[in-house]
Amino acid sequence: MMDHAPVLMIVLPVFASLALTLIGPLGHRAAYGLLILSIAGSLAAAMATLVQVVQAGRAVQYRMGDWMPPMGIELVIDHLSAGVLVMISGCALLTAIYSMHTARQDNPDRLNHYYALFALLVAGLMGMTATGDVFNLYVLLEISALSSYGLLARGKGKAYYATFRYLMMGTIGASFYLLGVGYLYIMTGSLNMADLSEILKQPELGESVNVRIGFTLIILGVWIKMALFPLHAWMPNAYSRAGTTTACLIAPLMTKVSVYVMLRIMFTVFSADYVFQQIAWSRLVIYVASAAAVLGMITALSQRDLRKMLTYIIVAEIGYLTGGAWLANTAGYTGAVYHILADGLMTLCLFMAVGAIIYRTGVSTSAAMEGIFQRMPVTAGVFLIAGASVVGIPPFCGFFSKWYLLQGAVQAGEWVFVASLVIAGLVAATLFFRLLEKAFFGRLDDAVLETGSKTSHTAARTIRWNEAPLTMLLPLVLTGAALLGLGIYTNEVVRYLIRWSVPAGM
Amino acid sequence: MFSPAFYQAAPVIAVCASLGAVPLIAASRRHPNLREFWTFAAAALKFSMVLLLAGWVLAGNVVEVTLIQVLPQLGIRFKVDAFGIVFALVSSFLWIVAAAYTIGYMRSLSEHAQTRFFICFALALCAAIGVAFSGNLLTLYLFYEMLSLSTYPLVAHHQDKEGRGGARKYLTFLLGGSVGLVLPAMIVLFTLVGNLTFADNIHTGIIPPGTGDTLVFCLFFACLFGFAKNGVMPMHAWLPGAMVAPTPVSALLHAVAVVKVGVFCTTRVMLYVFGTDLMDALNLGVLTAYIVSFTIVTASIIAMTRDNLKARLAYSTISQLSYIILGVALLTPAAVQGGIIHIVNHAFAKITLFFCAGAVYVVTRKKNISEMGGLGRVMPFTFGAFALASLTMIGAPPVGGFITKWYLLKGALDAGQLAIILVLVASTMLNIVYFAPVTFQAFFGRAPDETTGPTEIREAPLIMVVPIVAAALLSLLTGIFPGVMMQFVRMVIP
Amino acid sequence: MDDLFYFIISKYNYWAAIILLFIGLYGMIVRNNLMKKIIGMVIFQTAILLFFVSIGVKRGATVPILKFSPDKQPLLDAAAYANPLPHVLILTAIVVGVAVLGVALALLQKIQRVHGTIEEDEILEDMRK
Repeated sequence: MMDHAPVLMIVLPVFASLALTLIGPLGHRAAYGLLILSIAGSLAAAMATLVQVVQAGRAVQYRMGDWMPPMGIELVIDHLSAGVLVMISGCALLTAIYSMHTARQDNPDRLNHYYALFALLVAGLMGMTATGDVFNLYVLLEISALSSYGLLARGKGKAYYATFRYLMMGTIGASFYLLGVGYLYIMTGSLNMADLSEILKQPELGESVNVRIGFTLIILGVWIKMALFPLHAWMPNAYSRAGTTTACLIAPLMTKVSVYVMLRIMFTVFSADYVFQQIAWSRLVIYVASAAAVLGMITALSQRDLRKMLTYIIVAEIGYLTGGAWLANTAGYTGAVYHILADGLMTLCLFMAVGAIIYRTGVSTSAAMEGIFQRMPVTAGVFLIAGASVVGIPPFCGFFSKWYLLQGAVQAGEWVFVASLVIAGLVAATLFFRLLEKAFFGRLDDAVLETGSKTSHTAARTIRWNEAPLTMLLPLVLTGAALLGLGIYTNEVVRYLIRWSVPAGM
Repeated sequence: MFSPAFYQAAPVIAVCASLGAVPLIAASRRHPNLREFWTFAAAALKFSMVLLLAGWVLAGNVVEVTLIQVLPQLGIRFKVDAFGIVFALVSSFLWIVAAAYTIGYMRSLSEHAQTRFFICFALALCAAIGVAFSGNLLTLYLFYEMLSLSTYPLVAHHQDKEGRGGARKYLTFLLGGSVGLVLPAMIVLFTLVGNLTFADNIHTGIIPPGTGDTLVFCLFFACLFGFAKNGVMPMHAWLPGAMVAPTPVSALLHAVAVVKVGVFCTTRVMLYVFGTDLMDALNLGVLTAYIVSFTIVTASIIAMTRDNLKARLAYSTISQLSYIILGVALLTPAAVQGGIIHIVNHAFAKITLFFCAGAVYVVTRKKNISEMGGLGRVMPFTFGAFALASLTMIGAPPVGGFITKWYLLKGALDAGQLAIILVLVASTMLNIVYFAPVTFQAFFGRAPDETTGPTEIREAPLIMVVPIVAAALLSLLTGIFPGVMMQFVRMVIP
Repeated sequence: MDDLFYFIISKYNYWAAIILLFIGLYGMIVRNNLMKKIIGMVIFQTAILLFFVSIGVKRGATVPILKFSPDKQPLLDAAAYANPLPHVLILTAIVVGVAVLGVALALLQKIQRVHGTIEEDEILEDMRK
């Protein structure tokens, strides 16, 4: 069983999705249970593989159908993918548990079909991360994209048009990726990542224009899927109009996995040397990333709808990640990888908290936050923890990713990026502070009217305690705790996981 | 007395005592007396730990404990040395005093949300001791931020419009300074030096030789203005705004914990990160002295114009904090000693002053000085303590403030900075101008005409008077027996 | 001049792919009608498929499952066979394209039902209300 863990983590959700389409008549509890079982199995397999990778100190390779690479397709799980795999399945499991009430609310009639798409998306994402073949990655990319289109379209009325736009942009992105893979195939004759990296080491290929075009097309395609500014326009509408569960599932994961793909292509298929010497647009990319970070946060500040605000925060975080990856030093790379894990958790936490608040209050603008500390103290507390993490307050994980990113930027002398990180942090602080104020103070006018005088200190505001249901609260609190845990255990994560995956030549 | 292993654990216990009390306080929300018991128990535990550590440090030991290794090169690290002990002794002792006073105040006014208040109080004290015992800049930053966040609900306690405005300013300045200035400075320092551990003496600092002067200047001023809790102008605007908080908050936190943390962080960084040698070479000391002198004088002038007692005390605090920084910035042994001992003297005196203001409010609901005529005759203990504490501000014997003034003047003379001496003299005059009338009015003034005559007002409740008198007596004791605290200060700089 | 001419003529497959690519992109981005956008998308994807398939062309090669050439000679040399890999990749990509087309059309139907039109500017008007 352990030998097959790499493939099980992809295959279990696929089979589950198949089963889920058929068990409609058994009712929604069966669907819920099956989904959770399959994703839990996927998580167990991912954790087993992680342990294996850390203990062995090298990548785990699994040959599909026992065909030898480079002819056969293989799954390669090294230190980088192992961490991301655990994050994907963990976040998916937490969302699945969380979805009990909201998914039923959004899909009263066809819950099992919704869960089938859910499982398929998870399978696609896990596959994208685990695969060692560039074309296989394209296929899985499209699988996840298609499932996400299906999931997103189950939002409110305006979701259809937003999903349509997303479909167009997503197809352009995936097609660019495919075209880039085509160029690489023409020049090298191989599709296996390890094989490609061997072949691409040859000097004449290093200088070849075709290879450069291939690289550019692949990276461009990935950037579209990642919603890097200015290619991000599809994301805010698509994610903010989705149902609560869909937003919690897709928002933390899809863009982060695309960042992972970028790292893979940049550093495993090509090499750090190639990217930073031959391509030499890293400074430009860092400027773009800085702009993404600052503009994303500022746009988030101006949003009234809570979920749109969160998607713009994602745009800013993608800016951090891209900048970190293109800084060309170990600290920047460590920051980027650590931030994939940290941001996945932070985004999940924020979306879950906001989802719970919207579920209970029925309002989706920032007015929903009024007085939330009295009504839903646990949710509000966890929301604040996630906010503190985004701003970068220790000991939460957001501080440590900022630490590494800033360190990398200072070492590389990229002061624009340093400034943008600091400014984005301050803007995020303003953003969350405004919400904190609303949450803490509630509606001030009511208080004054109630008590009659501003100086009466016995204002007994009888706001009912209406916390979110347990199935929503439990994953929320777990995620919040994970933010703290990841922060405190940064050293372990970096030492045992990330440090092993730093590419040579940095 | 105890084994060294015990002293390794002691700092952790001291910091976490109140952290452990938080769930206990939360659980006993329906039993106020039990809840108050937890607060006292935690305070007593904290103080006893600090006291034991003080004895250990006096014997010449320094305790270093790494709690968690969070980053490959850095961890959460505690270091207990003489400098930290001075601050820790003051805050942990005053917490006990303040806890008593707070309970009296909150109960007399039947304040709402008392459980939340005491939880945040406990967290704030945990952070304050954490700052005192920090062994590197990362730990300092961590506890500094924790203090900002845990005191927000305290400042915003009344949850009214004024509270919102005050609390907003509070967090804006504090977080803006720390996230915007201190964080990048910390990262740049880390990149330069390779770690962030404080030096073990005040002379060498940790900045490698050969670092560009501009960079050092930028880092230094980022730290000076970034630790906005120190009230250096222009980052002072949060202090008067934070006075909307209930008086116990103003007393303990804004006279003792929060602002002292700011000053402590600033001076810790000045002495143990930059070091006196570097500051001397680049004339940073003199420059800082002039910058804070501006704050000293301006804040005093503004204090004169304020009628609200707490506002006047707030501006006085801003002015007095800069005394501490001034002392350290002058770099001569006497001045540095004066600056550090003022941490102690000012704390005892200011807390007394704020306690008095609170007592007056509880009894008479009055906030403005102009309305307090003749109150001294009815509240003799309160205003007697006030008078004694004002002497510290003015710097007259026999209270501790005199010791401070003495050392500062001597230090300024040693440094040859005559302008600074002028500043000190001028501010003493200004202090007299805005403190003396309060006492004078209270004892010898005429009561304003009211329907409720002053005969209906009695002295404040005992549970409030006792801490007030205790704090005032402490100010007196530090003046008569300065040696007790000075022995620690002499270990910092002989 | 001759070289340039030959350069253009000999690489006609790439040119075809590029032209189709741009036609597709034009349709997807500029056109207002959602159906035309979908058609543009399909053309765009087809262009890429064409590019891929055309690189696998080999003169005089045969299908890689035949053991004997048309004149009954055994085929033992790999050079006699056309590379099957691009074809396989394209089959996969075609399937993916069809699936995406299906989803797009389903979405289009829903949009029609909700907004009553498939012209983009009218939909945006409708959504603003």
